[in-house]
Amino acid sequence: MPTKQFKRSDGRKLDGIRAMEAKVGVVPNANGSAMFSFGDTIAIAAVYGPRKMHPQHKQDPEKGTLRCNYSMLSFSVSDRIRPGPNRRSTEISKITEWALEPVLMIKKYPNMAIDVHINILQANASTRCAGINAAALALAHAGIPMRDMVSSVSIGKIDKQLVVDLNKDEEDWEDGEGSTDIPITMTSHDGLTHIQLDGRITSKELKEAIELARKATKEIYEVQKKALKDSVKEIK
Amino acid sequence: MSGIKDIMETSNLTEKRIKEYLAEGKRFDGRKPGEFREISIETGVSKKAEGSARVKIGKTEVIVGIKLDVSEPYPDSLDKGKLMVTSELLPLSSPRFESGPPRFPAIELGRLIDRAIRESKFIQFEKLCIKKGEKVWAVFIDIYSINDDGNLIDAAGIGALVALKTAKFPKYDEKNEKVLHEELTTKKIPLSKEIPIMVTVHKIGDNILVDPTLEEEDINEVRITIGGTTDGTIFSMQKGNPKEISIEDIYKILDLAEKTRKKVFLNIEKFLK
Amino acid sequence: MTKEKIERRIVIPGEVIVKGENYLPGEGTEKKGDEIITIRYGLAEESNRLVKVIALSGIYEPRRGNMVIGKVENITFYGWNINIDSPEGGFLPIQEVPKYVDKDRLNEILDIGDMVVAKIIGVTSRGIDLTIKSRGLGKIDEGIIIKINSNKVPRVIGKEGSMINLIKKESDCNITVGQNGLIWIKGNKIEDELLVKKAIMFVNEKSFTSGLTDEVKKWFEKNKGEKK
Repeated sequence: MPTKQFKRSDGRKLDGIRAMEAKVGVVPNANGSAMFSFGDTIAIAAVYGPRKMHPQHKQDPEKGTLRCNYSMLSFSVSDRIRPGPNRRSTEISKITEWALEPVLMIKKYPNMAIDVHINILQANASTRCAGINAAALALAHAGIPMRDMVSSVSIGKIDKQLVVDLNKDEEDWEDGEGSTDIPITMTSHDGLTHIQLDGRITSKELKEAIELARKATKEIYEVQKKALKDSVKEIK
Repeated sequence: MSGIKDIMETSNLTEKRIKEYLAEGKRFDGRKPGEFREISIETGVSKKAEGSARVKIGKTEVIVGIKLDVSEPYPDSLDKGKLMVTSELLPLSSPRFESGPPRFPAIELGRLIDRAIRESKFIQFEKLCIKKGEKVWAVFIDIYSINDDGNLIDAAGIGALVALKTAKFPKYDEKNEKVLHEELTTKKIPLSKEIPIMVTVHKIGDNILVDPTLEEEDINEVRITIGGTTDGTIFSMQKGNPKEISIEDIYKILDLAEKTRKKVFLNIEKFLK
Repeated sequence: MTKEKIERRIVIPGEVIVKGENYLPGEGTEKKGDEIITIRYGLAEESNRLVKVIALSGIYEPRRGNMVIGKVENITFYGWNINIDSPEGGFLPIQEVPKYVDKDRLNEILDIGDMVVAKIIGVTSRGIDLTIKSRGLGKIDEGIIIKINSNKVPRVIGKEGSMINLIKKESDCNITVGQNGLIWIKGNKIEDELLVKKAIMFVNEKSFTSGLTDEVKKWFEKNKGEKK
């Protein structure tokens, strides 16, 4: 029998997000850059572009092309990752592109590329979500026209309990129904740009999960907003 | 260390001015040719690494992480630990770096750091032996550029030293032959007292200098990276860039490197205790 | 409908700047229903009901008539490819040089790596067409080049040139500010040129302060004396 009230390993409330930190301008060379963290999960992102796209045959004459490249530093996890792309990082790179593109207004940049590089410095689950949050900040910081910001969070079902912002212990949970991981990205106007799921869940629970994500992404949006506003020192 | 061309690659115009100014012993940011920019160091920046450091020299930034693992020794050194140094010039850190497999500049950076650490015997490899012929500790040093404003090599060198100094061994469950990365001991990597400080000396026109900004690095004709101690012992040396230099220049470069090593050491000393 | 002027503030994409039928969406904004929404990170400003967002960052977008500073990247049979730090490269055809050009000696007029002040005469899908035919345009011979974000150029120039003229006077240097953010500084002494560089970086950082011209005057009083 599952316990009445699931206790989270770090003592958080069920809908509590870990302490977040966000800052823009962390890579001076880039057109835009940012770091974003959920507790011990730290992501940095840098944007270069719009700039000429190579190879030429991949250019899109109707709009700019967003290219995302997600990669984890080898020492960001317990067991060292051999440097270089792998299937997981390739998939996450694509997912990240799909999560961000809906809000980008890049029709005015035909044949150009907007490159977003995301690196995970330290991982404690929800890395793709931290990456998307950092990338969205970096894109805004770079002055790319965007209809809206996007904010990403992982919703989990640990056995039968829904929680917000999974950490690694929760991601690895095996008792009962195990752990279901649902990363979701939403705009600040309740539009969904990304959702994935792996585990086991009912439709009803999934709808509740999405509702939890809606609330959580609003909190995350406020953190992102503050990071962008704080980057300008004074206005008189 | 350039790949794609960008407009800020130093123009002929600015190059002329840089050389004129250097001839007077001056640089654009007010430094002397033998001076480093401000060095700032943070340790423990990546908690899953067994040791890590973030080093900033001016606006140049690198992050270095250490991972420790247990594996079989090399057949020609059955009672010694292993070292592997890799480096990545992240596309995040400069418009000039592309995604993809490491190109020569990244490979060279890793090898320069590897050489200085290995030849100096900074890591006491014999003390990394767990069971001769079967199990030894392997030290992985991974270097990542975060922002390139010149002199990534020396920043990486400092990062590697500091990360090694602060690294702690994870628990090793001998019975099950498993490294428990989640549980760190208080035991540190056995290091010798001779610390290999890396300084790269660059030649621009008739002048030599250290710690170039990207603008200066773009117009260097020769660079020589030297790893050595503050009391003059040299462990590694490599000349980069395909220009010829005179023997006098080499002597001047060796002298400047030695002077600078002492200064750099004073700056980073407290992290190497 | 309120008649108060909206306060300047930093806004982010998707943020509602103001609600009201009377307001008009200017640059960096979009109107949805009766809301003016931000579509680009920057400083929101309103005047006479027109709401716009001044960009703080982003690449340079070339416009016909702009004076720009660029670097020669390549020489072809017909002219020079010039990098003006925008995604599309610039091209200076032989015809747009105000003197005779020997087709075999293009490099003697402008060589690879040379910096040039040029004017944009056309922005097409093929690229950006440049000229160096007017006064004040041409190869840059001496001095230093610095780069700032092109969005800060109006601030560095100031209202009717007030800021840049102040910097010129105080430093005794010639300064040419390209609309693309590249700036050419030429003085009698390298120290003077570097002083201008510092002054421009100062203006860059304090972009949104009002009364900036006075602050810059004070800055010069303080920093001129410290020259080595």
